Amino acid sequence: MIEIISAARCTGCNICVTACPTNVFAPVPGGAPRIARPDDCQTCFMCELYCPEDALYVAPTALAPQGLTEGDMPATTLLGSYRAAIGWTPATAANRAVDTMHRVLKGD
Amino acid sequence: MGTASSPSSQSASSESVLDCDVLVLGGGPAGTWAAFEAAAAGARVVLADKGFCGTSGATAPSGTSVWYVPPDAGRRHAAIVSREALGGHLADRSWSARVLDTTCQTLHLLGERGYPFPLDEAGAPIHVSLQGPEYMRLMRKLAKGAGVSIRDHSPALELLVDEAGAVAGARGIRRQLGDLWRVHAGAVVIATGGCAFLSRALGCTALTGDGHLMAAEVGADFSGMEFSNAYAIAADFASVTKTLFFKWATFTDEDGAVIPGAASNGGRSVIARHLGNGRVFARLDLADDAMRASMRTAQPNFFLPFDRMGIDPFSQRFPITLHLEGTVRGTGGLRIVDETCATRVPGLYAAGDAATRELICGGFTGGGSHNAAWAISSGRWAGRAAADFGRRVPSGGARRGAGTVGLRDAGARPFDPAAAARRVMGEVHPYERNYFRTEGRLTDALGRLDGQWAALSASAASDRNDVLRAREAAAMTAVARWMYRSALARTESRGMHRRMDHAGADPAQRHYLTSGGLDEVVVARRAAPALPADMASGVAA
Repeated sequence: MIEIISAARCTGCNICVTACPTNVFAPVPGGAPRIARPDDCQTCFMCELYCPEDALYVAPTALAPQGLTEGDMPATTLLGSYRAAIGWTPATAANRAVDTMHRVLKGD
Repeated sequence: MGTASSPSSQSASSESVLDCDVLVLGGGPAGTWAAFEAAAAGARVVLADKGFCGTSGATAPSGTSVWYVPPDAGRRHAAIVSREALGGHLADRSWSARVLDTTCQTLHLLGERGYPFPLDEAGAPIHVSLQGPEYMRLMRKLAKGAGVSIRDHSPALELLVDEAGAVAGARGIRRQLGDLWRVHAGAVVIATGGCAFLSRALGCTALTGDGHLMAAEVGADFSGMEFSNAYAIAADFASVTKTLFFKWATFTDEDGAVIPGAASNGGRSVIARHLGNGRVFARLDLADDAMRASMRTAQPNFFLPFDRMGIDPFSQRFPITLHLEGTVRGTGGLRIVDETCATRVPGLYAAGDAATRELICGGFTGGGSHNAAWAISSGRWAGRAAADFGRRVPSGGARRGAGTVGLRDAGARPFDPAAAARRVMGEVHPYERNYFRTEGRLTDALGRLDGQWAALSASAASDRNDVLRAREAAAMTAVARWMYRSALARTESRGMHRRMDHAGADPAQRHYLTSGGLDEVVVARRAAPALPADMASGVAA
């Protein structure tokens, strides 16, 4: 469930407000968006992928947040980790064409 | 109608009005392919998505395999025949062949348009899977590039019909702005996905059967709604459902003892029974090191919840659950009446998981791969046909909203949408009602669901803040009734439909079931295609 919008990283671009498929965020004039409807979060991690600043953290727990704050984020290794894994950062773009599903489907 | 390539708009009080040839409802794979195809055919197209086209739906947050078979007659025939028994011999070979053909062509097109397919050792693209975020980001771009006008966060509430009863547009809300929209269109494609009853299966929160209800309100009907009880395996704390990976799991009980017969395929019912009595744990310890590496780069999202919880799913046990995937991975949906994916209602087409997938899967889910191929194929066919139809419809003329529950005053007070949704979930989520079906339990559930429909129908219209949730609850109620009425009528076990009081398939019931109706739900039989000659002998059912 969406848990953290990093005030230090967020630029207030509101891309997450638009990209969230279940309309969880609400814009706040002059600031970071608000997690207005956390119960509607489907823990799909899409907001993390669309955030250009890696300012969002979705907790792995689908039914309730974990009670984390920005200060709990261990040295930014988790913020942006999914975006990097799928190749949506400039440094990891080669990952976009990495898909080993064919090996999983073949079972070897 | 104007001749400009973009839809023309005007404002009427707090309702924006757009005029176009084709309106597509839903912006997942089927909706974007339908919109792309319609626009490529020269139609003026509006696509309205409940959320954001690109992240909405079951495909975007995950990865999916695709039923892709190169144009080799022997391999295609083998692919088609291989799943016929699983599906209870209800799939249609000619439809399967069409889907394989269109899917193959379309994946090649996707590669040309920039999808980064992985390459084999010889440098040739491998087309058997798609990464959801990448795929749907590209589909949004392709649709926009073709001239489609995309409206995000714009859920439809009801269809509009003309004086002859043909579908002529839709009306909805812009949920981030709080106002209304109305689109006048010559044809409408329903691509709103299946119905997963708010089960928290990945990407399914918005999939509440809204399009099913809207279509039924104009007289469309359904097929295969008894094939609606797919359940997917997930870690019990997480949202990510990826049953395929549990092929490498060992399933254990609370004490760590292996559960005999538990498996992701062919043993999921054992898991369901154990979950009725206690916790079930999994560990993906049957995957060797090479497979573990392949799984990580095949589905990065599968590992997010584990990595973030500090759990190594290959070496540590974790509790699992089953999430209902309803008709998303079931095969029932809107009945289509010809090769264009038309419904029985003029001007209304259906594509993707909103439509029945029995034609290629019969009564058993082909998994993501068949659904992905169906979304591509049915989307393109529906989009093309809707463009041809919609461009010929003269503009103007009277239109009326066809919506019922939640939109029209029929009582003193509106109903509570959250409470209504919870009651439906209580009828369709439990394994003992939906997975292990019996006449008694289905009849009891139907009594309560029929009662709920009557109560919702006798309520006042919902106000603008509640109307979307009200329509979702009404849709789930309606879908559950078509499901269970069909399940009651099929007094056998076939495909995923499992009747505890009727084990095994009954050869006399190798037919389709049509369902529909709102106040009165009706179910009728339809003939299935003749068994192919190579199947006619040796097929018990």
